[in-house]
Amino acid sequence: MAPRSSPRKFLQQRRGLTAIDAITALIVVLLVVQIWLLSATLDAYLAGHAETALPGAIVSGVLCAACIGMYGFVRRVDRDSRPNR
Amino acid sequence: MPERVEEQERLWRDEFSISKADERYVNRRQLAKFLTLGSLGMFAGNSWILIRSWLREARVYQRRVVAKAGEIPVGAVKLFQYPTPGEQCILIRTAEDAYVAYSQKCTHLSCAVFYSRAHDRLECPCHQGYFSVKDGSVLQGPPTRPLPRVILERSGEELIAIKMEPEV
Repeated sequence: MAPRSSPRKFLQQRRGLTAIDAITALIVVLLVVQIWLLSATLDAYLAGHAETALPGAIVSGVLCAACIGMYGFVRRVDRDSRPNR
Repeated sequence: MPERVEEQERLWRDEFSISKADERYVNRRQLAKFLTLGSLGMFAGNSWILIRSWLREARVYQRRVVAKAGEIPVGAVKLFQYPTPGEQCILIRTAEDAYVAYSQKCTHLSCAVFYSRAHDRLECPCHQGYFSVKDGSVLQGPPTRPLPRVILERSGEELIAIKMEPEV
């Protein structure tokens, strides 16, 4: 049987959900930037401008690292908000 | 009576022992995980382009006679294959003494472009992508990149293809 939430726990969970929503929105924004970056780099590469490949890969890597970091934050918030899980 | 209600609620909770709040957490976490994997995929794509650009060797172009100077009339075209067999190109005589040549493959989805003499442009029939005859730049339509141009050299009465710009 699922335990009933105390008001304090409920508030903690609400805060956690809000934080996760905000982080997810940020990850979405970074992902959209990465999609644009990939299409722009591919377009430039196919047009014969291979010099854009390196900066494109570096920026994409930085954005990917940020996404992984934020996902780690989501996992931490999840763990802190539901310590018994 | 209240005891009965409580008992009913307990039975209901036993049947559906899922915490809605926990379920929301799992859904959001899975979405964040999915998006992060997507981000990883984008990075892999960019890395693939980088590796391809490192491994790409400068292409060596052969000199090849593609036509005789007076072979085609003004406003007419001749198709030829350059730099390898199977890579179709189009030669256009734009004036008495002016010739241009481009790859015939549209830079959008690789349909074959043709020369429209009435509009003096190269047209892709698939998605109405139009290219300038002067320099191969995009005039209209979905293509974003210009047509690769075949650089021609005139040697006496012969038109010789020497390279392509940009490299394909």
